[in-house]
Amino acid sequence: MPRGIKPMYRYDEFDQSFVDQRVSQFSDQVSRRLSGELSEEEFRPLRLQNGLYLQLHAYMLRVAVPYGTLSARQMRKLAHIARRYDRGYGHFTTRQNIQYNWPLLEEVPDILAELAAVEMHAIQTSGNCIRNTTSDQYAGVAADEIEDPRVYCEIARQWSSLHPEFAFLPRKFKIAITGAEQDRAAVRVHDIGLQMRRNLKGEAGFEVIVGGGLGRTPVIGKTIREFLPKQHFLSYLEAILRVYNQYGRRDNKYKARIKILVNALGVEEFTRLVEAEWQSIKDGPLALPQAEIERIKAYFAPPGYESLPSVDEAFLQARQDNPAFARWVKANLAEHKQPGYAIANISLKPVGEAPGDASDSQLDAIADLADRYSHGEIRITHEQNLVLPYVKQADLFALWQDLKEADLATANIGLVSDIIACPGLDYCNLANARSIPVAQRITQRFEDLQRQHDIGSLKVKISGCINACGHHHVGNIGILGVDKKGQEFYQITLGGSADQNTAIGKIVGPAFSYDDVVDAVEGVVETYQDNRQDDEDFNACLARIGLAPFKEKLYGNH
Amino acid sequence: MGIIRNGRQVEDSWVYLANGDDANNLPHDLIVDLATWRENKTDLTARNGRLGVKLASHEVADEIGDDASCFDLIVLDFPTFTDGRAYSTARILRERYGFSGELRASGQVLRDQLFYLVRCGFDSFEVADDRPLAGWFKALSEIAFVYQPTGDGRPWILSQRHSDALAEQAS
Repeated sequence: MPRGIKPMYRYDEFDQSFVDQRVSQFSDQVSRRLSGELSEEEFRPLRLQNGLYLQLHAYMLRVAVPYGTLSARQMRKLAHIARRYDRGYGHFTTRQNIQYNWPLLEEVPDILAELAAVEMHAIQTSGNCIRNTTSDQYAGVAADEIEDPRVYCEIARQWSSLHPEFAFLPRKFKIAITGAEQDRAAVRVHDIGLQMRRNLKGEAGFEVIVGGGLGRTPVIGKTIREFLPKQHFLSYLEAILRVYNQYGRRDNKYKARIKILVNALGVEEFTRLVEAEWQSIKDGPLALPQAEIERIKAYFAPPGYESLPSVDEAFLQARQDNPAFARWVKANLAEHKQPGYAIANISLKPVGEAPGDASDSQLDAIADLADRYSHGEIRITHEQNLVLPYVKQADLFALWQDLKEADLATANIGLVSDIIACPGLDYCNLANARSIPVAQRITQRFEDLQRQHDIGSLKVKISGCINACGHHHVGNIGILGVDKKGQEFYQITLGGSADQNTAIGKIVGPAFSYDDVVDAVEGVVETYQDNRQDDEDFNACLARIGLAPFKEKLYGNH
Repeated sequence: MGIIRNGRQVEDSWVYLANGDDANNLPHDLIVDLATWRENKTDLTARNGRLGVKLASHEVADEIGDDASCFDLIVLDFPTFTDGRAYSTARILRERYGFSGELRASGQVLRDQLFYLVRCGFDSFEVADDRPLAGWFKALSEIAFVYQPTGDGRPWILSQRHSDALAEQAS
């Protein structure tokens, strides 16, 4: 390992053997499918549990990036796969994964073998099973963190991998874990959300939140346990999954998520069932030994930080001299817990491009920058951007110049053009309407970066159908594509949020046509700007003035 | 319908109770459903013969509970292979209620489920006749290391990791 490169979780012989054997197993399944021994119906759950979807035009392979953490070496492999097996790009998703839109079925085993060589896989990135556990993209470097949540994400990754009891759940199952007060992992809209807390003795553990989710029935998760000691982490997850597997609905896939079960039983009865199950297994073999927690924690130790002044003078000077750099600093940096360091976000939302896409050469460039400036580590955010977590303030100006070279210096993190969008009708066979072109047109409308900075923080989220993969329910401005007599229409919701103040947006009024939706978004933004007081954020302004001024702006002339 | 047990295809003596069966002349190895069991517990346990029960996929392990020890065979049904409830039922019967008889999977039982089924405690399988059986047993050895402790007794990775560490400390 080159000096200065920080170790991340590394596979031991067991992890490596497991993933290698999984590749061989899937190669055999693909051959049986190609020979006709397996029907498409029988092959479907097998390929899904290896991340392979059949989409509108081709197969799509979704590769797991556990808790969104990648090494530069892994990123170079992702670039290579994009080049060698796809059309030269990859797409980062809201589960912190990457997907490729054009792989050939017969080459997928080769892709999985390439991934295994850099300790990666595509296990359970789709299918009705436990999906990739997501986390705070600032884990380990956030100033407001109790502990690095990725230790528990990794423990969950291993436990959930080919879990024999939970391979055929009623529906997909998503877990998110955060260690910070500020919720960047959207834990209240997950099947299980775990929020690290301290008890009265000062020990760290988890608040357990169950039954949140988006989709056609958006629900905010409910706390079923205020404090779970860490050693019971796995047994409690197993108890929840076991209750869900036995009692979750299977007659209607739209009512099969755990949120429906929690609501049907009532949270008290659901909690009683989970606690009763847990009591009978909590002291069994799933009780986590401290030695395993420590073993995994060691992999997430901080890099060798230099002792630096909290403010770098040359950085301040560069910021003062260069307005474009200053804008990037304002939008794209986050506070680091270590003095003299910064967390640098790389936006994958340039004007006019598909949100979350990156080319093979950009992926390689990011890997090089991670090696040069960030101890060889990269994070993926659920908002479809990337993060370099360990950048010295003194290096920021050089990093920004290098990012500009690679067309990766867009200064719009958290602004109106930093849009989450699902693949939509351009790729997905579930979609009713296009998402990506709507996102592209919004970024073009708000192309003036100074205008975006004047508008300030604003989350726009677009889904091409009611399944809500673009998280529209929790956008300040949510846009949902619907089909009306064969025409694409877009319903706008206002006031959603996915953070610690999780809220589901409210529909503002009748849907807009594809041609009119961008004007409508602009109308919402202008209404906000006209009405806000001081630096009031969008949801606070909406709460104060209500929907009426927005309705008046959007529909008043009709 | 073929039965696979202990790693090979075997002749099967078990017979499902059918409508119109003569109560005085039942097969020696008899499988009943849950309702029949509940209504005829006394007669069925007093009978001279072996007894099995078949649970539909919505019938959870707690419906049998401590009665598990009354049976030589429990059959759990998979109406489709995507209905995974019986995996939980199997583990709870084995690991909580201590069922030690034969645990059989019926319905849509496919080769690529075998690994999960065995890990959850199943030890016999009703297999449709039109299925090639070659490769079925390979399915069990495709993945050598496992991340979960279940009642199948296989060591799991976490315990293997730390037993190695303990052995190193001792040497």
